[in-house]
Amino acid sequence: MTSATAIRAGDSETRMVQGDAIRLDDVNFLFTTKRASVEAVRDFSLRVEPGQFVCLVGPSGCGKSTVLKSVGGLIKPTSGTVTVSGTRVVGPRTDIGYVFQKAALLDWRGVKDNILLQAEMRGMARADASRKADALIEMVGLKGFEKSLPHELSGGMQQRVSLCRALLHEPPVLLMDEPFGALDALSRERMNVELHRVWRETGTSVLLVTHSISEAVYLGERVVVMSSRPGTVIADIDVPLPRDRDYIATMGAPEFQATTARVRSLLTE
Amino acid sequence: MSTQSSDTSTLTDDRTPAPARSQQVRKTKSLGDRTFDLIAASWRPAAVVVGLFIVWWVITTLGWVPAYLIPAPVDVWHTMTSSAGFLWANALVTIYETVAGFIIAAVGGIAIAMWIVYSPNAEKSLYPLLVFAQVIPKVAIAPLFVIWLGFGSAPKVLVAVLVAFFPVVVSTIAGLRSVDPDLLDLASTMGSSQWKTFRKIRFPASLPHVFSGLKVAATLAVIGAVVGEFVGANEGIGYVLLNANGNLNTPMLYAGLVILSAIGIVVFMVIEVAERVFIPWQPSRRVTATAAS
Repeated sequence: MTSATAIRAGDSETRMVQGDAIRLDDVNFLFTTKRASVEAVRDFSLRVEPGQFVCLVGPSGCGKSTVLKSVGGLIKPTSGTVTVSGTRVVGPRTDIGYVFQKAALLDWRGVKDNILLQAEMRGMARADASRKADALIEMVGLKGFEKSLPHELSGGMQQRVSLCRALLHEPPVLLMDEPFGALDALSRERMNVELHRVWRETGTSVLLVTHSISEAVYLGERVVVMSSRPGTVIADIDVPLPRDRDYIATMGAPEFQATTARVRSLLTE
Repeated sequence: MSTQSSDTSTLTDDRTPAPARSQQVRKTKSLGDRTFDLIAASWRPAAVVVGLFIVWWVITTLGWVPAYLIPAPVDVWHTMTSSAGFLWANALVTIYETVAGFIIAAVGGIAIAMWIVYSPNAEKSLYPLLVFAQVIPKVAIAPLFVIWLGFGSAPKVLVAVLVAFFPVVVSTIAGLRSVDPDLLDLASTMGSSQWKTFRKIRFPASLPHVFSGLKVAATLAVIGAVVGEFVGANEGIGYVLLNANGNLNTPMLYAGLVILSAIGIVVFMVIEVAERVFIPWQPSRRVTATAAS
């Protein structure tokens, strides 16, 4: 996973940002309704290097999800610029993988067909996509469930399917919006371990939004802390943990505890 | 979530409970089990019907009510068997009008709903007209259709369409709008075209709603066809009913009612079966599947 993929010659602005997988500069969100206008996000700036895992934490309603959506091009900021893989985000991006809090699977499709939706929509070669889907299914431990319908799966398994679907086209950037927020604590820990392994194996850049401080510190190489509304970056913390992290050992590590304590104090201020 | 887990092996394995569940749901039932299910589901309504029949039979046999008001079940049965050919020929006419009306209402209703959902202009200009078409009493405008279209089956089909299409439109609109917004966002990150999103996500997601509308429409189409026949016809069950009424031929009147109910039930059941075939994943089916396993 190296630098920017599409850089137009002579475009100094895009050339400047090459090297960043994701870059947000002074992004503002102002939502105007009939009654009032709400400043949701103020002067939000963030850079994610290629292959980096960055977690975004913040109190409810601080605009974390809004920021993430703007990276995917699903929503346009009031002002400021968003760049993915060196190109300005002007509409929905197709060079990303997106995972939502709900698994958002198609009820009528089995596990594999749900993953292959990605391939069908993009017009990827069928046989190739099928092979990749099998590999992903194997990687997240869903082998034997290829034909199972979503309602036959547990919440954690559904979210695994959703992750596979987001990775099928091998996107350089993976955006995750509280992907494990709806899971019970135990499934959530397991999914954290798996996601971390998947990230190490694929080398994709990840921007993950979460409420959970320990999740953010365990998964992220950096934890970006947002203030409450209007949301802005109040701290960008490098997590002093090795890239290969054993879950149990990490939970007990003093660096882990010091970092979570620091994030927690920032959030409760 | 700073809980410490004591055993690493537990971290990678939460798949154990689900296989058991999925196999239970997918297991096909034996014929005996299915028969048992059918009996379990149907004995209560069957008991009510039998009870009503007994009451009917007792009242008429004891002569509490004159036969020209309520004929004995036996007399109705005699009428049905002795005039079987006549009734069948007229039933076919009503069935034709019902089915034609239903199909036009279903196809047209779904098409109009799609148009409304995808075009704000269509919603603004069409929706008030649809509501107007719904609230106007169909019995009142049926005579107009006879004037326009004559005594053939066309005016009856038109009344059936008018009665049946509104629930299709309303439920299809609800269905198309019920799709998870995350799925639509997801589709745009996949670079999907509007048409592909519709075909692969939006339309299948709307089917449970569409089918509930179709079920209502199917039963209404029977009513529409009969209303059309009442206004001006020389064939069809509605015509048989009017005729029998004029002659105080109550056994024939009852026979006509029995046939109309039968048509309604069969049409409804056809839609039910289609629903099971097209949307086996439907949430309401799911509950029964898990409960029964």
